[in-house]
Amino acid sequence: MIGARSEAYPLRRREVVAALLADRDDLLVVAGLGAPAWDVTAAGDHDLNFPMWGAMGGSVMVGLGLALAQPDRRVLVVTGDGDMLMGLGSLATAAAQAPGNLAVAVLDNEHYGETGMQQTHTAAGVDLAGMAKAAGFPVIGEARAQADLEAAIRDLREAPGPVFYSIKVRAEELPLALPPRDGVELKERFREALLR
Amino acid sequence: MRETHIDWSVDVFRVLRGFDVRMIAHVPDAGLIRLLDLCRNDADMPLVPLTTEEEGIALLAGAWLGGRRGALLMQSSGVGNCINMLSLAKTCAFPLLMVVTMRGESGETNPWQVPMGHIAGDVLRLSGMRVEHAAIAGEAGPAAAAAADHVFHRGGRAAVLIGQQVIGVKTFEDGS
Repeated sequence: MIGARSEAYPLRRREVVAALLADRDDLLVVAGLGAPAWDVTAAGDHDLNFPMWGAMGGSVMVGLGLALAQPDRRVLVVTGDGDMLMGLGSLATAAAQAPGNLAVAVLDNEHYGETGMQQTHTAAGVDLAGMAKAAGFPVIGEARAQADLEAAIRDLREAPGPVFYSIKVRAEELPLALPPRDGVELKERFREALLR
Repeated sequence: MRETHIDWSVDVFRVLRGFDVRMIAHVPDAGLIRLLDLCRNDADMPLVPLTTEEEGIALLAGAWLGGRRGALLMQSSGVGNCINMLSLAKTCAFPLLMVVTMRGESGETNPWQVPMGHIAGDVLRLSGMRVEHAAIAGEAGPAAAAAADHVFHRGGRAAVLIGQQVIGVKTFEDGS
């Protein structure tokens, strides 16, 4: 029982993420805690994924650090509206640095999925893409329907950034797809795949 | 007044340089002006200003994933902002080096700085960090070297606390 307009949103998060990560080549992926980490894992566990089990509010900053350290590699942060709302300042910090290789995709279902589907502020109308634009992200957008998705994915994967998209996805509870939960293992396998 | 306190900034800068630190995440502090200027003038040590200190923990985790060493600079009031994000560094064993300029120690003239300054070291220790404290200027370089060695040679997490007597006491009268 969710009882909100986002139950009727047409885009489904697992399909969105699968399309976003299709033919990912050497894409570096940071996934925010909760459902985005499960979505990214459902699309295929990968050494160049850094899915987080905590550190709420930190996913854009992890992506920023990675993007600054690896300026020749595309870095995609996939996170949720709850994580993004907790780290709104990081939009300003990332925009001020303005790495062209950083892209942020927020899967916005307007709910905290891991804690019982309570509504987030985006359910009340808070506009994350508008906030990213105001922070100075040069490429921003909002995707609400399949017709919006092709341009969103193209920008997120290829456009000179930093890029920010809010992707409005259906509020739904899905089977878990869990990545390794040992943070040391996640860190070491990422570095081994990237640096060695 | 500040001229007599230059040495510690140069000493800490040399340690950062020597350990190949190449990203300086920070929230500014008056006590960090000289050290931040030294970093700003070094093309290999880009500054990343933050809106709040915990951003730096996550930033440096990402930088480490990408193969780059960094350091996080802040004043003691920022330590409290870091607590939950420090679990990212601890859980994943990310190396983490912090330099913290102390407020709220003896001579503090702003009572609002006292509570966090009073517990900053304990908070960092409870969060699993090694803490080095420089009570006088000459201790800052060795303390930073010990911390950096712990962080970058042993994969640890450490903070260098620069005592208020080292950075000078803010008086709200002469702008220092």
